[in-house]
Amino acid sequence: MTAIPGPFRPLPDVLYADDFDRGLEGWTGLIGNYEHSLDSILPEYQDLRPPMLSNATTWDTGTGGSALGTYSMKLATRARRHSLAVGIKRITYPVACPIQVELLFTFKPEASALRLSLADVGAVGVLFDLQNDHQRVMPHLRYLNARDGELVNRWQYKCQTPTFHDIGDSGETVSHFHLSDDGWQDVPGGEQQLCYNEIATKQNWHYLRVGFDLATMAFTAFQCNDRHFDVSRLEPMTMPAMPNLWCMLNLVLFARASVDRRAFLYTDSVVLSADLSAEARRP
Amino acid sequence: MRNSATAVIERNVTWSGPFATEPWEAAWATEAIFFVRRLDDSRVPLCARVQISPDGIRWVDEGQGLDLEKDAEMAFVRVREFGGWLRLAGELAPGGSAKVLVYLSLKE
Repeated sequence: MTAIPGPFRPLPDVLYADDFDRGLEGWTGLIGNYEHSLDSILPEYQDLRPPMLSNATTWDTGTGGSALGTYSMKLATRARRHSLAVGIKRITYPVACPIQVELLFTFKPEASALRLSLADVGAVGVLFDLQNDHQRVMPHLRYLNARDGELVNRWQYKCQTPTFHDIGDSGETVSHFHLSDDGWQDVPGGEQQLCYNEIATKQNWHYLRVGFDLATMAFTAFQCNDRHFDVSRLEPMTMPAMPNLWCMLNLVLFARASVDRRAFLYTDSVVLSADLSAEARRP
Repeated sequence: MRNSATAVIERNVTWSGPFATEPWEAAWATEAIFFVRRLDDSRVPLCARVQISPDGIRWVDEGQGLDLEKDAEMAFVRVREFGGWLRLAGELAPGGSAKVLVYLSLKE
């Protein structure tokens, strides 16, 4: 296999290695379920902002590029407090085995004010959306940068299952909004200061790694830059299996605005790897 | 093969008074088409101008625009050599509103 540039240490089988210099690589926007009319989408799902390709051009220094090239995937919220931008990539898994996502990310507010704007991005996060024969499982992690303009700088997880709503009138469509701001719990020891740098137009890229075992449906690893977090007490969100989602392996990235300013999450080189032969080695 | 991507930059949004789509980065593309599709029976004429920007914050008219006639469902405008950012801006007549879906189709 051709080596993937960057700090990545993938598991033996690379499911995908997305380099946004090649395009959006299958990442798209997320929409809530609907029947007959877009008006039937849950209000929280109506306006999740979709991904775009960015060369990170700023008004004062020009193009910043990405971590490993020119383009990254950018999730940009509206300039509205609590606005969300969400990108998703959808595949299925061939074996219920350990998987791992690694990516490089950075986040910034829109540089529309000549000030630090350190607390203008609310949160950025990552989640898997998975299903086996019994359960739909959604491990959520987010970096809560700030809440309502006040810095928090803490990683959180979410295992509380949200309420399901019937959509339309067929009885076949339901929806649940799992990205709301409630129900998040602190990752033990999850405080972390990230390199924000000194003004809103300077970007430093961060390394993130999340491991999850599809056989046990449990977290196996969580690392951001030099910090390795204890995952033994982290739990994923779980719910009964749904009719059309067998072997689903979706990966979701999101950004949330803290104040009435656009929040941007840039991601480069998303590497999803697996250990497809792990089952044969299990005792 | 040339890269391409269509973004739904507004979906089921009701415009009234002045409007502008969210800033969209398009530096990788050489050609673009905005489509505006009317989703309701508002039957109000809608004019929008293409705008470009060096930074996604400050905007100037590019010179082209689209007209969605009062009986039309869809209109489009083609753009080339637009630099790094694109958006549509305009203003509906007082008292008028339209529910729209806006696509931005980009091609390398």
